[in-house]
Amino acid sequence: MSELPSEVAGWIGQKRYQQAGEFEVERGYVFTSCASVGNGNPLFWDESVARELTGGWIAPPTMLSVWFRPHYWAPQRTGAAQPLQVHFDLKEKLGLPEAIMTDNTIVFGEPVRPGDRLETWQVLRSVSEPKRTKLGLGRFWVIDVEYQNQRGEWVGTETYTGFGYRRES
Amino acid sequence: MSIAIGDVKPGLALPELAVDVSATTVVLGALASRDWRPMHHDKDFAQQRNGVRDIFLNTPNLAAWYERYLTDWSGPTGRLGRMQFRMRDSIFPGDRMVLRGTVEKVETDELGCAWAEVAVSIAVGERICTDCTARIALPSAPGDNPWRRKGADWRP
Repeated sequence: MSELPSEVAGWIGQKRYQQAGEFEVERGYVFTSCASVGNGNPLFWDESVARELTGGWIAPPTMLSVWFRPHYWAPQRTGAAQPLQVHFDLKEKLGLPEAIMTDNTIVFGEPVRPGDRLETWQVLRSVSEPKRTKLGLGRFWVIDVEYQNQRGEWVGTETYTGFGYRRES
Repeated sequence: MSIAIGDVKPGLALPELAVDVSATTVVLGALASRDWRPMHHDKDFAQQRNGVRDIFLNTPNLAAWYERYLTDWSGPTGRLGRMQFRMRDSIFPGDRMVLRGTVEKVETDELGCAWAEVAVSIAVGERICTDCTARIALPSAPGDNPWRRKGADWRP
């Protein structure tokens, strides 16, 4: 397990899975997100405040990844699509059936607005040597997810640290 | 009401927010973030595959909780620039999670944008389940609005 497969090593620094969102940013999901955490920020509920402060409606910044999480099912798709595909590729190629996210950094750029059609890509930054934790034996990895809007403006970057592992009895 | 940078100094404690987490909280948060993975809605899966006692709050929804907590405090002129958080332990139905925050640093960058750095944690009892460092832009003076910053004038 100690040597990183060359295919995985080749992914480091590569721009992968560039894609446009399956749907446009829309207010219905903004309400669902706000309702899930009781977010009453008037930027999302009061049009006069949104117009004055942000030049119109925006989406909560922390919803960045929401706009790329695929529908659970869609016609012509075989199996459920996976967001953060590099993470799942790593699990498969490294033979690590379980995984958790340990660290998450989000940097926010231009506000995301209803009607935007965002674009994203993923870059694997690093994979650790094998480590043993209380969960099991596995590896940590760091993945950047970049986001931009349809005008090519940077809207944010998420950096995930994941730990893929095999449970030990 | 919105907070301006002049209202803030290091050591300032933000008001606590306590939330009783239910299965609905977990499932609603997972669906709101379009996270269909079964450990966030299927207790059997969470127990058997993840080895934990129940379904648990997912990472994107925790980010939404942090955002809500920070902007409850800052008001709508507060603009999040950066959040870094670490998952230490899971939060389950039946837990009472408490969000607490303290301003760690206040600064104005070379472009005149005023920033507060806030350390936030989510605890269940004595157990810190996740903690976060957030950088949030606040008005530097009456009439200033961090949301007007674009492109090179925004350096989060």
